[in-house]
Amino acid sequence: PELQYRQYQVVGRKIPTESDPTPPMYRLKVFAQDEVFAKSRFWYYMNRLRKVKKSVGEVLRVIEIKEKSPNQVKNYGIWIRYDSRSGTHNMYKEARGTSLNGAIKEIYEEMGSRHRARHSVVQIVKTDIIPAAECRRDNTTQFHDSKIAFPLKHRLPRSNKKSHKSTFKA
Amino acid sequence: NIEKTNLLKMGFKRFVQVGRVVYINYGPENGKLAVVLDIIDNNRVLVEGPTTGVERQQMPLKRVNLTDYVLPIQRGFRTGNLTKAINDFDLEGKFNSSSWGQRLSNRQLRAGLTDYQRFELMLLRKQKSYLLKRAVAKAKKAAK
Repeated sequence: PELQYRQYQVVGRKIPTESDPTPPMYRLKVFAQDEVFAKSRFWYYMNRLRKVKKSVGEVLRVIEIKEKSPNQVKNYGIWIRYDSRSGTHNMYKEARGTSLNGAIKEIYEEMGSRHRARHSVVQIVKTDIIPAAECRRDNTTQFHDSKIAFPLKHRLPRSNKKSHKSTFKA
Repeated sequence: NIEKTNLLKMGFKRFVQVGRVVYINYGPENGKLAVVLDIIDNNRVLVEGPTTGVERQQMPLKRVNLTDYVLPIQRGFRTGNLTKAINDFDLEGKFNSSSWGQRLSNRQLRAGLTDYQRFELMLLRKQKSYLLKRAVAKAKKAAK
């Protein structure tokens, strides 16, 4: 089965004690393949950003955030923080697609291929839907043309049945 | 539109564009016609075929063959308007009467023949071959 990212919202807090009966709740939006990883990432960030560990905290709720308009093409802007071999950097990348989950998958794959950054060192800081006029990357803006038309060049034929498939083609 | 005129000069006739009717040749929607509603990317389009049972979805261009037909629709047309446009254009009629459509229906016909029909077909082919060869031999003799 293909790798599929889902967006989860994890809400959690420190477990209430006598000295602190109503600790603040924190929410994390994270892209993960399953809830288990989402919760794990929640504690990863809680540890680093707040003085809360998994052993003294509790996850209150994990909800999957589904795509509102899965059949509408959108431009996604994604802000990333990642560790390279010689330091950590911020990046802004754009992806075009019908769902945020799909765009995030593209971004992770791109980070892996272009920058050799594995999943664990890439942090998605912020995501947003960008209107066409505000897109910054040529790769995205080249599709912002109401009369866009391009031919399919250099087509390689492919069999649609397994029985017609062959390893070597004449 | 300098690029498009250049592409036309190069000999490209079918373009991926909003309204282009495509034939899906791979995957779960194999064998169905659909209309391009929006272009996502160099490799993907948003496609829907309400009259042929293709739900609105992303479709990789690798799975798609372009047909000659372009519907006069706008980007992101909704299903209702799209169905109306398809029916006004008479897409089914046009495609089924085209040589591409006829080839597909012939293939389906052939695949659905019973053994006895295949036998009958074989006899007819032999007959056709006999008549052809006779006619060729006569023509050769007349030419001498």
